[in-house]
Amino acid sequence: MDFLTDINWWFLVVTSLAKTVFVLVVVLTMVSYTVYAERRVSAFIQDRLGPNRVGIPLTMLGFKNDLKFQGLGQPIADALKLLLKEDFTPASANKFYYWLAPTLGIGSVIVSLAVIPFGSSLNLDFIFRPLLGHEFGPIPMVIANVNIGILFIFAISSLGVYGIVLAGWSGNSKYPFLGGIRSSSQMISYELALGLSVIPLFLIYEKLNLVDIVKYQVDNGWLLFPAFLHGNFSLGQNLLVIPVAISFVIFSVSMFAETNRLPFDLPEAEQELVGGYNTEYSSMKFALFFLGEYAAMIAGSAAIVTLFLGGWHFPFIPDGSSGWFWSIVNIGVFFAKIAVLLLIFIWVRWTLPRFRYDQLMQLGWIWFFEIALVNIFLTALILLLPN
Amino acid sequence: MAYTVPRPKLTFAEIIYLPSVIAGLRITLAHFIKMFRGKTHVAMQYPEEKWDSNFPAHYRGAPTLVADEHGRERCVACQLCEFICPPRAITIKPGELPETSRFAKVEKFPKEFEIDMIRCIYCGLCEEVCPEQAIFLRKDYAITGTSRAEMVHNKAKLYELGGVMDGLVNKWNEKK
Repeated sequence: MDFLTDINWWFLVVTSLAKTVFVLVVVLTMVSYTVYAERRVSAFIQDRLGPNRVGIPLTMLGFKNDLKFQGLGQPIADALKLLLKEDFTPASANKFYYWLAPTLGIGSVIVSLAVIPFGSSLNLDFIFRPLLGHEFGPIPMVIANVNIGILFIFAISSLGVYGIVLAGWSGNSKYPFLGGIRSSSQMISYELALGLSVIPLFLIYEKLNLVDIVKYQVDNGWLLFPAFLHGNFSLGQNLLVIPVAISFVIFSVSMFAETNRLPFDLPEAEQELVGGYNTEYSSMKFALFFLGEYAAMIAGSAAIVTLFLGGWHFPFIPDGSSGWFWSIVNIGVFFAKIAVLLLIFIWVRWTLPRFRYDQLMQLGWIWFFEIALVNIFLTALILLLPN
Repeated sequence: MAYTVPRPKLTFAEIIYLPSVIAGLRITLAHFIKMFRGKTHVAMQYPEEKWDSNFPAHYRGAPTLVADEHGRERCVACQLCEFICPPRAITIKPGELPETSRFAKVEKFPKEFEIDMIRCIYCGLCEEVCPEQAIFLRKDYAITGTSRAEMVHNKAKLYELGGVMDGLVNKWNEKK
């Protein structure tokens, strides 16, 4: 039990809290601007302009013109609107579960962000030394460095389905109920493929800890592009790209289904189900679902980035041991990668039509499940090859 | 006989669906880029750009009362518009012109003339039915107000919006 006394507990608690606040602030800001990007990109794709007016309302202070900034003030206005709306609870709803559902929806997503390494490490001794007269060494840029890593994400994010099911059921209304049922069956069928598609990665990484996974990719090149980024031309490494690419496609598509995005947004299906599982919700409770959905996109993208695209690593950018500046660059790289993936999420959403329900189930159970299973053996065979 | 829905034989590319996904992504990306570079013709940005100058002469905006070239009110308070108005937006209180008036032979004039713009449906029947060509639908379309009372146009407001329109009916003029 030596390690318990070795740790500087105050330091651990304070830095963990600071990192938690940082991640929450960054992710929530990202959520609101993802919503903005969603509206703007969808508008551009459909030859419209989208929200381009809300900026700083200088005319209210007596100036002549408003600052518009291409509508970047829109998320703030949206948030204010949602805060000021009436929070309505239907009389026939089951109050306890009605209130619990949005919390579960967003809580599960935010907790899953805890294990994701969003940067290399940050050495703040140049501040601590003059201030506290003590050196603490580098702070790892992950809130909880747990060894089960990716399994933790799966375990927690699958709790999100409870939020949706409870929301659908507790409102005591048929359309949310259908949305909730659809969502649960969809999530369960895609979680299988999601889980199976990462097993080849475990075979390659030989560990589950996300920090170690990123470290492996720093040493051996990003899993999806090893040769391209690292000059690693051994046959075994390059053959491995095939199962990894299959895993990547299955994982990403399952992630679309997990986060209820088009083309798999059957739980919402506005045309059939009014608004889906959140029809009976209004005001901030609706906003929590909305937030949860986009936060799930971010968490999903973070998982994809960490598992396949090298986490915070980018070629020719050193890690945090070269100074605090580079650790901030690393954090920037990580979130930039997420932003690119989010744009792809949006792009796909405004391109593809919704799948039919039986097609969705067929894709999940007949195609992805089997391909992911075969993929495991394929990876194992390639790993068995003499290098 | 039962009709069998023809099931086309799909090629492999169509079955795996991915090529069409990529084709779709290319189309949307092209639209995005075209818009991003400002090459797309977008809809008119309303409050800044307006189409008002292009309105045709027969445009049906807000109904108004018009005066003739002598500044004389045309309305004779016959109330035909009040009766024909489908949503009953018009209320007229007719009054009698005194004997001493220069236009005593017209006999009646509207003491009050109100059009409730919350009710008005801009159908133009009032303009059509008016025997004196006193009521016209002008080109004002953005009729707004912060209270119901503000949305009721009284006589002064109607003349202000209508302005002067000359020509047309001359039967109440002095004989030449």
